[in-house]
Amino acid sequence: MSDKFAYLSSVERSRTYLIKGLQTVQAHDGYISDAAIEAIAAYFSVPPVDVEGVVSFYAQFKRTRPGKYKVAVCDGTACHIKGSISILEWVGTELGIKPGQTDRDGLFSLETVACLGCCSLAPVMSINGKVYGKLDRKGTVKILKEYRKNG
Amino acid sequence: MAEIRKIKVGTASCGLAAGAGAVLDFFRDHAGVEIEEVGCIGHCYAEPLVEVVTDAGSVFYRDVKGEQACLDNILALGETGRLEVSPSRRKYEMLKVTRLAGRICPTSFDAYVAEGGYGALKKALTMTAAEVVDEVKRSGLRGRGGGGFPTGMKWQFLAAKQAEKKILICNADEGDPGAFMDRSMMESVPHQVLEGMLIGAYATGADILFIYCRAEYPLAIKHIRIAIDQIREHGLDVVNGKKLDIIIKEGAGAFVCGEETALIASLEGRRGTPRFRPPFPTDRGWNDYPTSLNNVETFANIPLVIGEGGAAFAQVGTEKSKGTKLFALAGDLKYPGLIEVPMGTTIGEIVFEVGGADPDQVKAVQTGGPSGGCIPKELFDTPVDYDSLNALGAIMGSGGMIVIGTDRCMVETARYFLDFTHRESCGKCTFCRVGMMRMYETLERIVAGKGEMSDIDFLADLGPKIKKGSLCGLGQTAPNPVLATLRYYKNEYIEHVRDKRCAALVCNALVDVKLDPEKCVKCRLCIRNCAVGAISDDFVIDNAKCTRCNTCIDVCPKHAVARVEKGEGYYAE
Ligand SMILES: Cc1cc2nc3c(=O)[nH]c(=O)nc-3n(C[C@H](O)[C@H](O)[C@H](O)COP(=O)(O)O)c2cc1C
Ligand code: FES
Repeated sequence: MSDKFAYLSSVERSRTYLIKGLQTVQAHDGYISDAAIEAIAAYFSVPPVDVEGVVSFYAQFKRTRPGKYKVAVCDGTACHIKGSISILEWVGTELGIKPGQTDRDGLFSLETVACLGCCSLAPVMSINGKVYGKLDRKGTVKILKEYRKNG
Repeated sequence: MAEIRKIKVGTASCGLAAGAGAVLDFFRDHAGVEIEEVGCIGHCYAEPLVEVVTDAGSVFYRDVKGEQACLDNILALGETGRLEVSPSRRKYEMLKVTRLAGRICPTSFDAYVAEGGYGALKKALTMTAAEVVDEVKRSGLRGRGGGGFPTGMKWQFLAAKQAEKKILICNADEGDPGAFMDRSMMESVPHQVLEGMLIGAYATGADILFIYCRAEYPLAIKHIRIAIDQIREHGLDVVNGKKLDIIIKEGAGAFVCGEETALIASLEGRRGTPRFRPPFPTDRGWNDYPTSLNNVETFANIPLVIGEGGAAFAQVGTEKSKGTKLFALAGDLKYPGLIEVPMGTTIGEIVFEVGGADPDQVKAVQTGGPSGGCIPKELFDTPVDYDSLNALGAIMGSGGMIVIGTDRCMVETARYFLDFTHRESCGKCTFCRVGMMRMYETLERIVAGKGEMSDIDFLADLGPKIKKGSLCGLGQTAPNPVLATLRYYKNEYIEHVRDKRCAALVCNALVDVKLDPEKCVKCRLCIRNCAVGAISDDFVIDNAKCTRCNTCIDVCPKHAVARVEKGEGYYAE
């Protein structure tokens, strides 16, 4: 295993912890690279295709590098009813990207999620895990502009 | 004036999302009285919420800001900004499981114990394991994760197994988008969930306890983790003379992993694909050991069952559904949040009396999330219990309840659920994998105004086949939102297909956008904000260019722009 993934040694080396291993890598690198797949396969002694299979099954795992700010617009039921589609549209226009994409500067990436558990504040989005509720167009754009300003 | 003892700030996820973090920081620096972090009392619509504890009782304040004026008002116990709980909500609510939620500091072991916490565990340890199982059976407690299986019976199966290791799992995957009961319990009173698990471990002889929590709930994971460390410190993790392995695992974003066999596969580090039962997990579960799973809320009920006794617990509720139920209310109503009511309360009582929804503005309610069905307003006198809801083609589910207003389109809502479930299908069963895709495509066609009358029959025909041809609960329930809307709102489907009309003006392909020159004050805000340049200098919207993104409607200070029926808008060539 290359030194780059030496931190994996903090995860118990048993198949049960494969997902934990992937989560650890993603927390570290922001995504699961091809090299990470190989390294994890070696670490847990499973074929790379098995690792790839697990990665592709779970929505959490990303195979492309996300932006510095990960914007997740909730499209869970409550948020959908409360107009998350418009929020998504507005965020997309402001950032110039579609869900699943990262902008050219690598500053923002956009995705949708199904419920952050803050449904009573719908519609909501999160940026790097910080949740913003009761969104409207103005508020949403303002929040994004703030992040852009801070760079 | 009453003397202020301390101020409690609600900092569960809902509070934090509404800005409780700033309130906490500001109050800590400027209030000059003790500040305590607590969880969520369920009145999420009023977040950020604080409770001012005085020698003459508590006063609650809503929509609190981290500002001096707001703090001054609170310190003076001012009348403005107080949380008023409606008498009708008080009448129908019954706080048992959530009694401590939002009242105590979630990360304090001592606070939980001071409220009688771990008393039920102590009591259970004076009983035999079989007596504990009997007590749970006597309570009539049924699983709160959706299936409604009697918990005592499940525990009895596991207790009867002889094995090198036995496994007890807490299902904290809470996959129904729009539900947050489990999140709230774990964030607000994590020890109550753990106490239930420890009692379960004693009753069933389990050796390993897993908590499988969805990754979208970082705060719940954090609080559970702290609570586990605390029970280890106090030696409570030694049950039946052996030290329990308590392991918290994060999910990775797959709805189907809430299903028990898929969850077990995921815990083994595999793709979360469900498998055929039998063998049931109690026969062959995690790494082939006998395993039993229960939902978070089920475990949170256990300390009550043991504490007050099964017979007393069974006093509340209906004949076949005992105790109280938590519901996550959201959608088109005044008071979204978490509520707890006795089983058997009617939907109308929940939506109107507790949730404060306006009867004239409500069309239906969706229970059970994407596996559930909608219940039209006409049937709101149905009591919520497992069997009554099943009879309507809906399900109790885990307790998500989304109120759907009169201005929503039911076809679009059904499409939304299918969009979710067809992507979450693990792909194992053909009917679920392909059938759901076909249903979804058909609905996409209908909302795009390209549907044919035969499509409606096709949906009605395919739905039941998918239910029959699927192995797990996902495929067996996923057609429900379509079948239920077809049952109660077929007219909306027909309108979309035959008249190419969406009466609710929701479906983009079936609406135009129009600017009313009478109301327009020519401020040009719409023109400046339009991302595609669809609005001309003389304020005419070209519907051929317009993407129906709603920005102009939103920015117009005079409400001069509106969605109208297709054909009423202007089209340049
Ligand atoms: C597709 C699917 C998703 C499910 N999701 C959940 C869930 O998120 N949480 C949960 O507790 N149960 C969920 N269940 C139900 C579980 O399979 C299981 O019945 C439950 O966890 C048992 O606990 P209980 O008896 O305490 O309800 C789901 C079932 C299916 C078929
Ligand atoms: S549906 Fe968006 S937070 Fe729950």
